[in-house]
Amino acid sequence: MPVSFAAQINSVMAALILLTAFGLLIQRRILGLLHLFAWQGLFLGISTAIVGYVTGVHHLFVSSILTLTLKVVLLPWILYALIRKLNIRKEIETLVNIPATMLIGIALVIFSYHLTAPITQLSSLVTRSTLAVALATVMLGLLMMVTRHHAVTQIIGFLALENGLFFAATSATYGMPMVVELGVALDLLIAAFIFGIFFFHINTTFDSLDVEQMAKLKEGD
Amino acid sequence: MIAYSLLIEAVQVLILLFAAPLFAGWVKTVKCRMQGRTYAGVFQPYRDIARLFSKEVILAENASWIFRITPYIVFGVTVIIGGIIPLISTDLPFAATADVIALVMLFAIIRFFTALAGMDIGTAFGGMGSSREMTIASLAEPAMLMAIFTVSLAGKSTSLTHMVQVMAQGELLLRPSLAFALLAFIMVHLTETGRVPVDNPSTHLELTMIHEAMILEYSGRHLALMEWASMMKLFIFSALGIAPAEDFPGMLVAIVLLAAKLAVLGVILVLIETGLAKMRLFRLTEYLGSAFLLATLGMLSFFILE
Repeated sequence: MPVSFAAQINSVMAALILLTAFGLLIQRRILGLLHLFAWQGLFLGISTAIVGYVTGVHHLFVSSILTLTLKVVLLPWILYALIRKLNIRKEIETLVNIPATMLIGIALVIFSYHLTAPITQLSSLVTRSTLAVALATVMLGLLMMVTRHHAVTQIIGFLALENGLFFAATSATYGMPMVVELGVALDLLIAAFIFGIFFFHINTTFDSLDVEQMAKLKEGD
Repeated sequence: MIAYSLLIEAVQVLILLFAAPLFAGWVKTVKCRMQGRTYAGVFQPYRDIARLFSKEVILAENASWIFRITPYIVFGVTVIIGGIIPLISTDLPFAATADVIALVMLFAIIRFFTALAGMDIGTAFGGMGSSREMTIASLAEPAMLMAIFTVSLAGKSTSLTHMVQVMAQGELLLRPSLAFALLAFIMVHLTETGRVPVDNPSTHLELTMIHEAMILEYSGRHLALMEWASMMKLFIFSALGIAPAEDFPGMLVAIVLLAAKLAVLGVILVLIETGLAKMRLFRLTEYLGSAFLLATLGMLSFFILE
């Protein structure tokens, strides 16, 4: 596989990751969100494997496999089990309406492109052009956490944000050292369990996973 | 050479005029087949048009000249568009008169006059249809322009024929920007031609119709021209994207390819129409917002990734 072709596939994957990030931003149904999140993990895994293959950095294969197992199978499955257990069905309301969210998202993509343009010019890596997409994915994850007020959606936003960070690491430096990546993967897994416990607590205390309810904790209300 | 170009131009306009009802008939036939209904054959639109031409025109009492002139404007502008876009060849004398942006404007002229005619009579339906049409147009046009800009960035020109030549000669690359633009364009295509997720072409139910509501008061040859123009619009939007022909055998190949492409696209259109339900009017902002988003993503990924 020639390098230029691999770079093309990599940019297609980057485009798809960006698309799923936007999909997460505008999807209303929670199961749809889970599917999109799994797809994003899949594209991320493929992209990582391609970068590993082209550059000969072999620990990227390990992170690719970690991504595939963790973000495509395990985390969506854990979240799915939680959703089933907590019996979440209804559509999620967003704080800002969806077309407005899209426009803010587009602005964020332009902003991250502007921000990473000097870095891209300094870099000589095959993957340098995807850095803007990675940063945009981080921003979009953040935006998703801000605009939704359902605990599960906020977690998915957080996980998408982490996807973006991982992608940034691959595209800016061909991945972090192995130890760091293993540590992050483990952290994510632990985080997922902690989220689960928190969901249960929020749900039993407020009888809802709407984080707006937590404003009730304030004194004097 | 000029004479030859003019010949191709003439052939193309004739194809547009006479194949458009065939394409509409094909879409209707496939749709009927897929939904298990009996169908009148692919030539039914010709019979419809012929019947409408032979009927007398009945005008409302307070119809002004706008109402009477609109069918001719709509039909004429559609034919002009058909002369500009490269359907079977890029060697068109008319093509130099308008680039893609002017083309969008020509479509806007059609819409403007149809909406005016809808309001001219003063019936509730006409006004409602015009109002809906303009609402949708204000959302669909940015998306369409964005998709077009993305493709013209890749083709390094806003002239359709030039874009086609660049695309045809360039090497085959995986270009996410063009894929995004294509998706956005399909969504806009369904909107502009009034197909199912946005408008239902075969309904006369007052709550849902948009295009039909505007032309509800037309009869006789006026209605025939309006119907014919909207068939041509469907044809143009579906055929946009081209097989170039330099010589006479090439032209025949181009015509066959065009027919094959339209046949396949007709089936895809029917699959979309049968698989989807018509969207609520207020959900359309999200639908067209997504089209705009896709087109913008295409443009951004052109800058970022290519």
